[in-house]
Amino acid sequence: MSGEAQTAGEYIKHHLQNLTYGKFPQGHEHAGQWGFAHNAQEAKEMGFMAIHVDTMFWSILLGVLFLYLFRKVAKTATTGVPGGMQNFVEMIVEFVDSSVKGAFSGRNAMVAPMALTIFIWVFLINAMDLVPVDWLPQVASLIGHHVFGMDPHHVYFKVVPSTDPNATFGMALAVFALTIFYSFKIKGPIGFASELTLHPFSSNNKILQLVFIPINFLLEFVALLAKPLSLSLRLYGNMFAGEMIFILIALMYGGGLALGIFGGVLQMGWAIFHVLIITLQAYIFMVLTIVYMDLAYQTGEEH
Amino acid sequence: MNINLTLIGQSITFALFVWFCYAFIWPPLINALAARKKQIADGLAAAERGEHEQELAKKKAAEQLKEAKGQAADIIAQAQKRANEIVDEAKDDARTEAERIKLGANAEIEQEVNRAREHLRKEVVVLAISGAEKVLKREVDTKAHAATLEELAAQL
Repeated sequence: MSGEAQTAGEYIKHHLQNLTYGKFPQGHEHAGQWGFAHNAQEAKEMGFMAIHVDTMFWSILLGVLFLYLFRKVAKTATTGVPGGMQNFVEMIVEFVDSSVKGAFSGRNAMVAPMALTIFIWVFLINAMDLVPVDWLPQVASLIGHHVFGMDPHHVYFKVVPSTDPNATFGMALAVFALTIFYSFKIKGPIGFASELTLHPFSSNNKILQLVFIPINFLLEFVALLAKPLSLSLRLYGNMFAGEMIFILIALMYGGGLALGIFGGVLQMGWAIFHVLIITLQAYIFMVLTIVYMDLAYQTGEEH
Repeated sequence: MNINLTLIGQSITFALFVWFCYAFIWPPLINALAARKKQIADGLAAAERGEHEQELAKKKAAEQLKEAKGQAADIIAQAQKRANEIVDEAKDDARTEAERIKLGANAEIEQEVNRAREHLRKEVVVLAISGAEKVLKREVDTKAHAATLEELAAQL
């Protein structure tokens, strides 16, 4: 627990607040200037013109770590007997490749690398959830206090980027943009438009068909938007809930020895269970991305 | 949970990571995997071929062994035949030789017998004459009775 006189509510809120760097809004003493938000209220008032430094930092760090490790293996990949690291990387690549081959029927050299990136990146990001909830925020507050001279209470630090909807929505939006792009490219504007308007209701009667078009469009458009939303919210919700439980367990450490030990056992149990969740969520994100790309590639399908 | 610029930042980051993976990570790895797969397939095919060849070689070796055994049996049979022939020839030779020696020996014996008989005949003639002289108390004219005596002696 960081800080001396912190209530449980404050502790949880502190853990759920991102380190936000943004433009102070009108009415603030530093209005128009850029700086770190000192509390949740300020962060909220910054609106869209702000960035979550912790989310960006960890996601980029982990992404670069992934790219570095895999690039190192890729550069020295031999067709002979593979070493330990190459073996591991090849196992993942093979797994992703077979997943893509199984679910994606189109021809696009980009889908498999994207699936691999999603799988490993999301997995690494999720894996940050297993680091005890106070370690990295505590380090961050020490650095913030001693290096940047900030009030340690104002150093918010969320370690797991996938508990920040910005991160999951960001990824899902990129995937969504790709599916839209390939839908246009493969089916053509007319094909795509007809897919959105001529299903699920259709009729041979021209007038009836005209009536159906807005209804179909409404249904299909909602279904279209539901894809990125469900993709990102599934990951965000799972990771947020998992993180929340870790925070609640961490609260027990302040409740005496017996409760503390109980909390330790609970944390271990939840962490072991969470290993399954983080892997599964990474896998689901990957598979759904492949499936959405496959849908973008399917032409003339009959509902 | 505030939606802000992080959203766009994450999208860009994600796109860059995917691009990097697409350009520098995926191709070498998947190529290495494909190449290894081919190598293994080739190796397995070669092993199968080798096994097949071994099978053939085994069969060939068995055939050759069988042939060699047959030849060996033939040679032994011939050798045995030849040996029997040699033995038979030797037996025949020995038999003729023995026959010859026996014939020689018989002839010699005959001669010896004849000679002894001749000698005996002469002795008998002498004895007979002396006996006759004693009986007749007179000399026998050997010359006068020579023909008779000769005749006698020949009858012995």
